[in-house]
Amino acid sequence: MADTDTLGESLRRLGVTRRGFLKFCAATASMMALPPGAAAAMAAALEKARRPSVIWLSFQECTGCTESLTRSDAPSLEGLIFNAISLDYHHTLQAAAGSAAEAAREQAMKESWGKYLLVVDGSIPLANPGYSTIAGISNVEMLKETAQGAAAIVAVGTCAAFGGLPKARPNPTGAVSVSDLITDKPIINVSGCPPIGAVITGVLAQYLTFGQLPDLDAYRRPRAFYGQSIHDRCYRRPFYDKGLFAESFDDEGAKKGWCLYRLGCKGPMTYNACATLRWNQGTSWPVEAGHPCLGCSEPSFWDAGGFYKALSVPTAEVARTAGYALAAGVAIGGVAGMVGQSIKTTAATGHQKVTVDELEA
Amino acid sequence: MRSADNESKIYGNLDAVLAEVRHALGKFLDTGESTTIDLNALPFGAGDESALFEALGHGEVEMVLTAMGQSRLWESRYAGVWLVAHHNGQGERVALQIEITDVPSIARSQRGDMEEALRRLPDSPWSAVG
Repeated sequence: MADTDTLGESLRRLGVTRRGFLKFCAATASMMALPPGAAAAMAAALEKARRPSVIWLSFQECTGCTESLTRSDAPSLEGLIFNAISLDYHHTLQAAAGSAAEAAREQAMKESWGKYLLVVDGSIPLANPGYSTIAGISNVEMLKETAQGAAAIVAVGTCAAFGGLPKARPNPTGAVSVSDLITDKPIINVSGCPPIGAVITGVLAQYLTFGQLPDLDAYRRPRAFYGQSIHDRCYRRPFYDKGLFAESFDDEGAKKGWCLYRLGCKGPMTYNACATLRWNQGTSWPVEAGHPCLGCSEPSFWDAGGFYKALSVPTAEVARTAGYALAAGVAIGGVAGMVGQSIKTTAATGHQKVTVDELEA
Repeated sequence: MRSADNESKIYGNLDAVLAEVRHALGKFLDTGESTTIDLNALPFGAGDESALFEALGHGEVEMVLTAMGQSRLWESRYAGVWLVAHHNGQGERVALQIEITDVPSIARSQRGDMEEALRRLPDSPWSAVG
């Protein structure tokens, strides 16, 4: 249960010295893309922060989000923050089950009414509430009930944030996102399939440090992590600028590490921190491993017309359209983007594959 | 994989960092203001990091901090330009920074710890043994 301990006190009991704490803050500030100088201010604020109660609800999901967070090694920064919060309900991690688990949730809700953080992973089925239940309670019922007393809701993963794979056409369960159902609470979407573990704890650390929600983008994602496109932070970007592209997975360009745009990389339309935070304890990330970005942190990435289809390939035809538009005073880049976007939207609506020919038509 | 394969030349991300280091060192000499550059936040490709380490080299001082895993702090061959690598308990690196200052801030003793130390410090050497 949430107690009166401050985070500093509870960390000190775990054997963390002030230097260790400062080091933790330096690393956290780094992953949150805060100015490096913010570490000291963060340490001072976190020292005094009270441990918040966190209730974690898992709905239609694959447990990948929980894996992403808990498989990050302990005692890592993520593990540390997790030790420092009071995780009062998480049915994958807790020992209790059934009515005992539900009693824990209800008690945590009662004790911290209006103050607890609600974390949700997974989408919510509306076609038939019986598709996904916990202790006989439907997901939609449990979400609405638990959301009522929450200070804020963190929708972890693309399923909770945007509906995710369960929502892929034809959406057999009638899956919806958290923000489709809850409209009267602050919601932070931490999208990704799964999101980077450090991003989840970064959001929690930010909430604890500053006592307020982070700055969010149009999709309610924290700008610190989703503020820049994969493309803009990609170390292969200089190749894109020079027009040097891999055309297949084993050609000379691929071996030289050229841009993967033509192999379907969704980096230009994807906002996430993979390019700088990387995966597997910072070892690598998809593009560094030679694979295009799938765009997993974007809404509807699952129905966007094929992972290996290029976003848009400017051709003579597009250039001609653009030419007319230019005469009307519209920028070329915008038109090329609009043509690509309309093909993508059509594909998403009809769930059709887009061929290169169609893209070039 | 981040091997020393000289690939960084083709990415060209290193020049920008060195320019920032030069600027920050000048600022410290003029105003006494330290600068920390967070290398995790930079789009480094394979080879960029080892090329940076090679460019900065090793100077006279190296420190090891043992707190929640080891951290290694070393002065580059350019005085006032420090590299700070924080590792966790498993030896994985969690942060890498260049600090342009006279002594890296984390090496300094923390006031709260010193206050506690004063309370704990024995009156005589014998009371500590007893």
